[in-house]
Amino acid sequence: MTSDMTMIKESQLFKTIKDAKENLGFTLLLDITAIDNLNKAHPSSTRFELVYVLRHSSFENTMIFKVAVEEPEIGVATISSLFSSADWAEREVYDQYGVNFIGHKTLKRLLNHNEFVGHPLRKDYEITKGQYCTTSQDLMDEMRPLLKERNLDLRQDNLMVVNLGPSHPASHGTIRTLAALDGEKIVAGACEIGYLHRGFEKSCENHNYNQIIPYTDRLNYCSAIMNNIAFAKTVEEMLGVTLPDRGIFIRVIVGELSRVIDHLVCLAAGLLDMGGQTNYWYLFNPRNNAYDFLSKLTGARLTNSYMRVGGMTHDLYEGWREDLADVLTKIDFGITESLKMITHNRIYNERVQDVSPVSAAQAIDYGFTGPNLRASGVAYDLRFAKPYYYYDTFDFNMVVGSVGDTYDRMMVRFDEMNESMKIIKQAVKRIPDGAINVVDRRITMPEKGCVYGGIEGMMNQFKLVVDGVKVPEGEYYGAYEAANGELGFFIVSDGSGTPYKVKVRPPSFYHMAAYPKIIENYQVADAIMTLGSLNVIAGEMDR
Amino acid sequence: MDVSNTHLLDEAVVTTTLDAIVNWGREASLWPFVFGTACCAIEFMATAASRYDISRFGAEVLRFSPRHADLLIVAGTVSYKQAPILKQIYDQMPEPKWVIAVGACASTGGFYDNYTTLQGIDEIVPVDVYVAGCPPRPEAILDAVLDIQRQLKREAKFEVRNLDFKGKLDDV
Repeated sequence: MTSDMTMIKESQLFKTIKDAKENLGFTLLLDITAIDNLNKAHPSSTRFELVYVLRHSSFENTMIFKVAVEEPEIGVATISSLFSSADWAEREVYDQYGVNFIGHKTLKRLLNHNEFVGHPLRKDYEITKGQYCTTSQDLMDEMRPLLKERNLDLRQDNLMVVNLGPSHPASHGTIRTLAALDGEKIVAGACEIGYLHRGFEKSCENHNYNQIIPYTDRLNYCSAIMNNIAFAKTVEEMLGVTLPDRGIFIRVIVGELSRVIDHLVCLAAGLLDMGGQTNYWYLFNPRNNAYDFLSKLTGARLTNSYMRVGGMTHDLYEGWREDLADVLTKIDFGITESLKMITHNRIYNERVQDVSPVSAAQAIDYGFTGPNLRASGVAYDLRFAKPYYYYDTFDFNMVVGSVGDTYDRMMVRFDEMNESMKIIKQAVKRIPDGAINVVDRRITMPEKGCVYGGIEGMMNQFKLVVDGVKVPEGEYYGAYEAANGELGFFIVSDGSGTPYKVKVRPPSFYHMAAYPKIIENYQVADAIMTLGSLNVIAGEMDR
Repeated sequence: MDVSNTHLLDEAVVTTTLDAIVNWGREASLWPFVFGTACCAIEFMATAASRYDISRFGAEVLRFSPRHADLLIVAGTVSYKQAPILKQIYDQMPEPKWVIAVGACASTGGFYDNYTTLQGIDEIVPVDVYVAGCPPRPEAILDAVLDIQRQLKREAKFEVRNLDFKGKLDDV
């Protein structure tokens, strides 16, 4: 299957996208990326093409625009005046592909360091060509215009500029925020990311589809299995295959369990940041129980690599029901105890309520998805908007906040864990017997008995391992509701077993892009809580 | 105790070397600085939480200022962009100091053999213990701490370690 795309002319780009936003209702910009056609067997007219993925305000449909770029150095018009989320998305394309965006205010590198030469995702950039970085940039080139916009002067207004991160206990990984302070109040902020840029997309172009699964684990490492599922699901949709029911139910069960684990880590760490250490024990320990279950099932605690294209590595083990029920009881206990400590806790409530609120319109403009968008009162969840894996047959609710402050973002996660556990309990009751994998010798591995017992099975295994699963030629965007929001994969296949290009649509990337804007006018201590509540995972953001 | 009872002190005297007594003190009071960047940092969180409980080995006083710490735990992938920051943090730590590379990425770059990932932190800072795994289990991280404690017993008291180490970023 391939996605429907509309080819537009360079000169029409801004007008067309503006029209799509204002008249057709495509208000959520999901992602911008480029394709380098250098190595294509049948190259299109130009070397670079830009891809814009937008989602309709009813959240059901996406629209993809494609633009052929005549001259990458001249580039195309920026759409950052239409969508705030385009700001960083365009910077990333510039950084990775070297395509210019005319009129962009701060078109500079985003993921790679400032001494980097070349554009790594171009096909003629060698994957192993690393470049040492010797110094960090001071980020004042971004800060100065921000202060100027606000009519502020560092000296006259007695402002102080401080760095939060990239190595800071509350920066949850490796995020750098430069904040200009007036006393304790943040008057302007700028962020630098890319410290955990690990070249996911370039690595994908050098591995076959099933070899990419372990890389997807490490995108959002707090809920690795969800990334596995999102990727495998996208490839399966391209292949046009559907899993047998048992496989689907296993995916629902472990996927929802991963969502719970993700939220547990987010809340445990967030509450720890404000000194709620007891909450950390209560929320983190049941997570360990969940990991015991997952390691028994998959062999790994954190990075499970459980899914494969066309199914998963193996079936559930004997006695999984009891173990899972035990895990759910413990998680429920942890959530209850933690909520007891914070629900009527004045310190907690006053520190998070009305802090960094994001309105519904702003959240859409920033490209928020998932719990952070729902906290702002927008009822968007792919499991409801475009149900897959029988989600329309489960009895569960969508949790929606009201004002989108730090409190809402945390509470939406607390409640979503309960909803996920409801889904798991129903799925455990309904899971059928039968096959877990697609039965298609071009996709899934043969039984080990056939591999060791006959030449056909052995060659089948050999071809699948060496060549990979061959995916029909085409370009496709597939989306999945992961713990942090819409996790999308845009895959370009040339018909071989290795993708020509893979682009992740990472929810955290867009949450982080909004972060310096929403912490403004709040205190440093509030900014720490806000970052915790956005649950920015560096692995997914920087890829 | 009444200090005038000098005969009690006479009985309590133990002879030892200064090295042994200093190292005995260091061994059970390692103060780690956790340079957590990625997946391994999540497993480090589990190591510090109550089930695995790193405080059983006297290393629970996590410091987030390198100037307070004597054990650098690098948990996660270090990119070229991150490398100067790692070096700066290492340089800020007072001597004597030890370094643990947690996981495949910190040890060798792991399966990120590409344009952005540092192929092992030992290109930048000297490493005392490498921990295998992607990510390693909490037990493996605890084992690395115990390993540092064993190594540390052999140290001479106030010597600066790794003087001859030359990292890739040391001359620039």
